[in-house]
Amino acid sequence: MSPTGRTPTTTQQGPQPPTSAAPAAGPGPGAAQRVIPLRRPGRWIITVVVLVVLAQVVHGLVTNPFYQWDRFQYWFFRPVILQGLLVTLEVAAWSAVLGLLGGIVLALMRLSRNPVLQAVSWAYIWLFRSVPLIVVLLFLYNFSALYKSLSLGIPFGPAFLTFGVTTLGTDMVIAIVGLTLNESAYSAEVVRSGILSVDQGQHEAASALGIPRGYQFRRIVFPQALRAIVPSYVNLVIGLIKSTSLVFYVSLLDLFGTAQNLGSTYSGDIVPLLLVATVWYVILTSIVSVVQFYVERHYSRGALRTLPPTPLQKLRGAVRDLPARFREGAFR
Amino acid sequence: MSLGTDREAAEQETEQGTGVTAVGGDSAKPAAVQIHGAHKSYGANHVLAGIDLTIAPGQVAVILGPSGSGKSTLLRAINHLETLDHGYVSVAGEPIGVRHQGDRLKELSEKAILAQRTRIGFVFQNFNLFPHLTVLDNVAVGPVAAGRLSRAAARERGLELLASVGLEDKADAYPRQLSGGQQQRVAIARALALEPGVILFDEPTSALDPELVGEVLSVIKDLASTGTTLVVVTHEIGFAREVADLVVFLDAGRIVEQGTPAEVLDHPTHPRTKDFLSKVL
Repeated sequence: MSPTGRTPTTTQQGPQPPTSAAPAAGPGPGAAQRVIPLRRPGRWIITVVVLVVLAQVVHGLVTNPFYQWDRFQYWFFRPVILQGLLVTLEVAAWSAVLGLLGGIVLALMRLSRNPVLQAVSWAYIWLFRSVPLIVVLLFLYNFSALYKSLSLGIPFGPAFLTFGVTTLGTDMVIAIVGLTLNESAYSAEVVRSGILSVDQGQHEAASALGIPRGYQFRRIVFPQALRAIVPSYVNLVIGLIKSTSLVFYVSLLDLFGTAQNLGSTYSGDIVPLLLVATVWYVILTSIVSVVQFYVERHYSRGALRTLPPTPLQKLRGAVRDLPARFREGAFR
Repeated sequence: MSLGTDREAAEQETEQGTGVTAVGGDSAKPAAVQIHGAHKSYGANHVLAGIDLTIAPGQVAVILGPSGSGKSTLLRAINHLETLDHGYVSVAGEPIGVRHQGDRLKELSEKAILAQRTRIGFVFQNFNLFPHLTVLDNVAVGPVAAGRLSRAAARERGLELLASVGLEDKADAYPRQLSGGQQQRVAIARALALEPGVILFDEPTSALDPELVGEVLSVIKDLASTGTTLVVVTHEIGFAREVADLVVFLDAGRIVEQGTPAEVLDHPTHPRTKDFLSKVL
């Protein structure tokens, strides 16, 4: 399997010709003979079948006129589409960061020894996991009808600062607030499970060293929790990127909203426009997945005895060992 | 190790503390560890049923006993990882985790307890090293977190400590890349980094392969010869015989017998001790 594992065999073959060396090197006959791996013809047959099916699917996608690839090409880099993409990115990035921070706060409240904080956190998570995101967004959009102004001051007493809700709530802010409220509820559970996954002995060892609480969390517990948090949180972020398409309903023109809008104007182009949006979402998700790989790798330091190679390292290793593998007869 | 100065500092602090030092008078050194009437139950299970014990400075105390006798609970109570229902522990004359208020004991704030723990080392059965930090950072993290040393100074000191347990070449490795014995030696170095006056060992060799036990015990023996007070919960009778100044035999939450190794191990008087030793030896 691993390309590095193969290298010793090939270097040994360099100085000595394999035919004479094999019996001479070992103490008895057959002792140093190389084991030839089992041939697996079934594997090759399945590979060919899968490749043929895949080729058919791709051929259908490319040749079916229904998809109008020329129109797809026309729209893909249009400034109006890129403008929508930017809105999607902005909303997703803010909500992802604020949602994680909110999630950490909620998770810590949930894990605290204070029963009131626990209950408030539990109720928040319960509420925002129950209410559909679209309802939260529409509710916020109509917020100004419910509350005319927001004030900062003594609770139930006089106010020092008063904002009109309409001046605060641009469509962008409403979208980010709505998504963050929703995202926090889910990420709170992800963060909490990550913190719980850290061995109790780690808390004890940190306490026995007299490490202050805040330092314990930042340097000992949270970095270890991140190993469990990252995969689940990236899952949430990918869901979030696609949920941003709902902000269309609070009249924010994101990637999907723009495609939808253009589709109603150029009604013949609705399919290529949806494809444009889809491909951009696929690209965003792919970028996030690549980032995930490297972040996960970073936080697995110490958890694994040796870090797995990156895909680039794997590729380079495979290319380097290709001639040797041919010589060994791996492809025969 | 500059343990001497550390201990003097601890004594000075206790002079300002409340009346415990009066037990031995002002001139006498306070006991390194003193346990006063310790009681602890989990539901109906009386884990510690009234324990009084005094360990003098520089002594090596070995606590023996069958499983479930309360050894670990007692050890963990010394640095307040376990809270007592009644009674208290004092280290170098200072009550740990509690303070006297009139004739009652009040629990200290978490911050105060954490500060007290920096003067008491603890070595766990399962090492509990921080797997995401290098060996050197594991040793350096305590003094840095306590604000005693800069990161650079703590790492420098950490290298010295790793050298003293024979692991200076592993400074940049991660704990999981080490053998159990090496991990436990790192854990000892980590405990030493705070220059504690007392070090507690909770079955330090129980999770190790037999051939790795020796390397850890020899590090503990070296420590014993430096005059640090050690309290060791272990099943290694040979170690107890060789190193201990005081052997304490615990059963069902009570001290059944205590004395020198010669007294307790070779001439046990209590039938429970005899029975236990006949099974272990």
